[in-house]
Amino acid sequence: MTGYILKRLLSAIPVLLGITVIVFLIMALIPGDPATAILGSYATPENVEKLNRDLGLDKPLVQQYFIWLGNMLQGDFGTSFALNRPVLDEVLERFNGTLVLAGTAFVLCSFFGVMAGVISAANQYGLADKAITFVVLLGISIPSFFLGMMMILFFAVNLRWFPVSGMWPIYGDRTFGVLLTHLAMPALALAVVATGVIARLSRSAMLEVLRQDFIRTARAKGVHERGVIWRHALKAAMVAIIPVLGIQAGFVLSGAVYIEIVFQWPGVGRMLVDAILKRDILLVQGGVVFVAACYVLFNIAVDVAQSLLDPRIKT
Amino acid sequence: MTGFLTLLARNRLALAGGIVLLLVGLLALVTPLLPLADPDVTNTSNRFRPIFSPDALLGTDHLGRDLLSRLMWGTRLSLAVGFAAAIVAATLGAAIGIIAGYYGGRTDNVIMRGVDMLMAFPYILLALAIVAALGPGLLNALIAVAAVNVPFFARNIRGITVGIAHKEFVDAARLAGLSNTRIILSEILPNVVPVIVIAMSTTIGWMILETAGLSFLGLGSQPPQADLGSMLGEARSALITNPHTSIVPGMMILIIVMAINLLGDGVRDALDPRLKSGALSRPMAATRVDRKAPVPAPTGAGLLDVQSLETQFHVKDRVYRAVGGVDLHVEKGECLGIIGESGSGKSVTALSVMGLVASPPGVVTGGAVYYDGEDLIGAPYRRLREMRGRNVAYIFQDPLATLHPLYRVGDQLIEAIRAHRPIGKAEGRAKAVDLLRAVRIPNAETRISDYPHEMSGGMRQRVGIAMALANDPDIIIADEPTTALDVTVQAQVLTILDDLRRSRGLAIVFITHDFGVVAQLCDRVAVMYAGRIVEEGRTAEILDAPRHPYTARLMACVPELGGGKRRLEAIAGLPPAVNKLPPGCAFAERCTRVQEDCRQGHIPLARAGGHGVRCLHPIDDSREAAQ
Repeated sequence: MTGYILKRLLSAIPVLLGITVIVFLIMALIPGDPATAILGSYATPENVEKLNRDLGLDKPLVQQYFIWLGNMLQGDFGTSFALNRPVLDEVLERFNGTLVLAGTAFVLCSFFGVMAGVISAANQYGLADKAITFVVLLGISIPSFFLGMMMILFFAVNLRWFPVSGMWPIYGDRTFGVLLTHLAMPALALAVVATGVIARLSRSAMLEVLRQDFIRTARAKGVHERGVIWRHALKAAMVAIIPVLGIQAGFVLSGAVYIEIVFQWPGVGRMLVDAILKRDILLVQGGVVFVAACYVLFNIAVDVAQSLLDPRIKT
Repeated sequence: MTGFLTLLARNRLALAGGIVLLLVGLLALVTPLLPLADPDVTNTSNRFRPIFSPDALLGTDHLGRDLLSRLMWGTRLSLAVGFAAAIVAATLGAAIGIIAGYYGGRTDNVIMRGVDMLMAFPYILLALAIVAALGPGLLNALIAVAAVNVPFFARNIRGITVGIAHKEFVDAARLAGLSNTRIILSEILPNVVPVIVIAMSTTIGWMILETAGLSFLGLGSQPPQADLGSMLGEARSALITNPHTSIVPGMMILIIVMAINLLGDGVRDALDPRLKSGALSRPMAATRVDRKAPVPAPTGAGLLDVQSLETQFHVKDRVYRAVGGVDLHVEKGECLGIIGESGSGKSVTALSVMGLVASPPGVVTGGAVYYDGEDLIGAPYRRLREMRGRNVAYIFQDPLATLHPLYRVGDQLIEAIRAHRPIGKAEGRAKAVDLLRAVRIPNAETRISDYPHEMSGGMRQRVGIAMALANDPDIIIADEPTTALDVTVQAQVLTILDDLRRSRGLAIVFITHDFGVVAQLCDRVAVMYAGRIVEEGRTAEILDAPRHPYTARLMACVPELGGGKRRLEAIAGLPPAVNKLPPGCAFAERCTRVQEDCRQGHIPLARAGGHGVRCLHPIDDSREAAQ
């Protein structure tokens, strides 16, 4: 097992490098002079030239890339000019918030998505199936930011069940319970779309498995229908569901952008949008590379989980 | 194409989605012609008018602009951008996918590596990075959304192209000297277009959502121009005081995306042949029973007594009579063989006993199965489940498919016991080892922690037998248990079964298409054809003197070792389709002895002693059969 994990980690290196190349190339697309973009169109030529030199932008592209990569490997993601603060510090601090939000949403969507899919498949064409299918359709069609706004309106403003926004109250204790009341709505709003996608896929994966011969064998043994569905069918269906959970983790992680904006949640997504609007290129670069790298690592964990589930995968 | 459209129209939800989308699209098209207020003219003295105001049907926004007008223009813009992004992504993605799939080799490798890299990004993050580089703006948002969707199309289309690129007609085109470009355009492209359409119909909703999302963040359309996303973004600050300015554009996005999703699902389903055949239905816990005729009374014959059993498959409006009135009985400790070609209904008969016929589409429409006087067909599911495995156990054909791939064989054995009585961990393990020993699996102690894929076919089938034995059933129904095995392994498995039968007093129903196996194992044999038993009797009697022409022909198909050179007589023609059974004898079409009266009326199974035959002109002379 350890060998397999190591192997997967090693195979992630080219992917991580690829990610840095892509981010770097995208940033190289910036039309005109990046320094002008940073300083604005009223900057003096001397200032532009100085900034270009400071940022190493007068060097050839390839050299620029390797300097940037080398610095990043040493933990130096550069300095955000808008915040006047090391990029990595800012990203790490903000990533905490995103992790709490996206992590909770991921747990929610995995659990409810799979449950809904299994119940739907087990009652195919029944009332529960139709109800779930309808809710799922609604869930995958509603923009998460609109859903979040409606939740604020209904649950926070009208019913006053939850605070309107933020991760912590401005005054008062930072207890776990307080965090939960702040987390409930954004996490739910973020989870809804992914729940729908997972539920759809789980349903069809279950239907596929339920027609397999080994299900008939389980029934022929006299296993309870409960056991047939939740032990035999679900375990086999998880082989198809787990990769989708991995993909949805990416959607949740990046979809957090909208939710962080709507709920004023202090996360990486909001930081990125602010940085884009302020043309804070280094902060964007650093933030994107960092989150993408975390996602790659998460997907390795997904692969490991898959190999634990399915002994047929060569480890 | 018309078939596709009717299918689509039959799907009411898809139709509704299509109509809504069409309406919204039409409205968006004619928006410039409608007498609407200018969407961009501000009038701050008139801001935040509520819905149904006399001068503004949907009210006004924070700058006093007419919401209805802005909604219409915004919808127009959102639709245009979403569709444009979808078309760009589909075109680029398809081009990349076709090139990678068609040329293969290094080209394929390099391209697909790049695609994998792009897919390693959390999706929206990549779009953000692109917008960050290009700067906020609607066109840039369009480019970003299209770009992040290209890998999805590229991967899908490549998969299809790889399959097509090695087809004969492409080789033929190549031999005819057509250029690669010509081949791609005239041979490959037409075949991948349906896939592109499906992929587009399932992703276009996403793209509209994503462009709306970028605009919502302020990275898409810039003021005063507004799409639905930026309308929502601008309205957010007034969410609590004037919610209608948020609800109006938000609901519009929801309606559009939902309509697209409904239509997309409909398109996908209409193009999926499996849905049409009902092959995607989930089999229920027990076969559906719908007996029209009165249930026959038990005759008291044998431990298992099957009476005029009828099992059908209902697919759409077609009815397949897989089992058309079968009578059988099995005594304690007896081995009954059921023999017939594929599709003769022998497996369905066997599965009907314990309600294991997949349903839908299977339905038991008549007859009864008595186990020790108790009707299993009419039994409630709970009773059936109690008896499955404990009184009547099954062994299936292909043990690789019939054992659960993700559980250790030991656990599967213990589960079989646990389904009927509680058993401790240690005891269960000991019992599992015993069972594996009983079917002569060497090193049973270590083998119980193997997964099915780690065993050979013969070993797996022994596990299948051990599992059937787990609760000491009285009857084992073995459905072609040796068909998937090679001959030597087959002999071993048969010996094990025969020994178990003798040592434990098991009754076995053995389903096979192999007369050799029947001769070796079975006391009695029933021959099935087109869902009916055509001949039944003691094995030796039937092997010596088959009376039904079909039995005789079936036996003539078996080569004999040391029998010298002999013509193997294949039976000409095919068995009749069981949804269109002819009147009279089902074998008449293929029978060399057929006469006029064979083709009409019901032909009963005529019994003489222990030997029954369903034939008006049976073979009487044993010499005749030998010829």
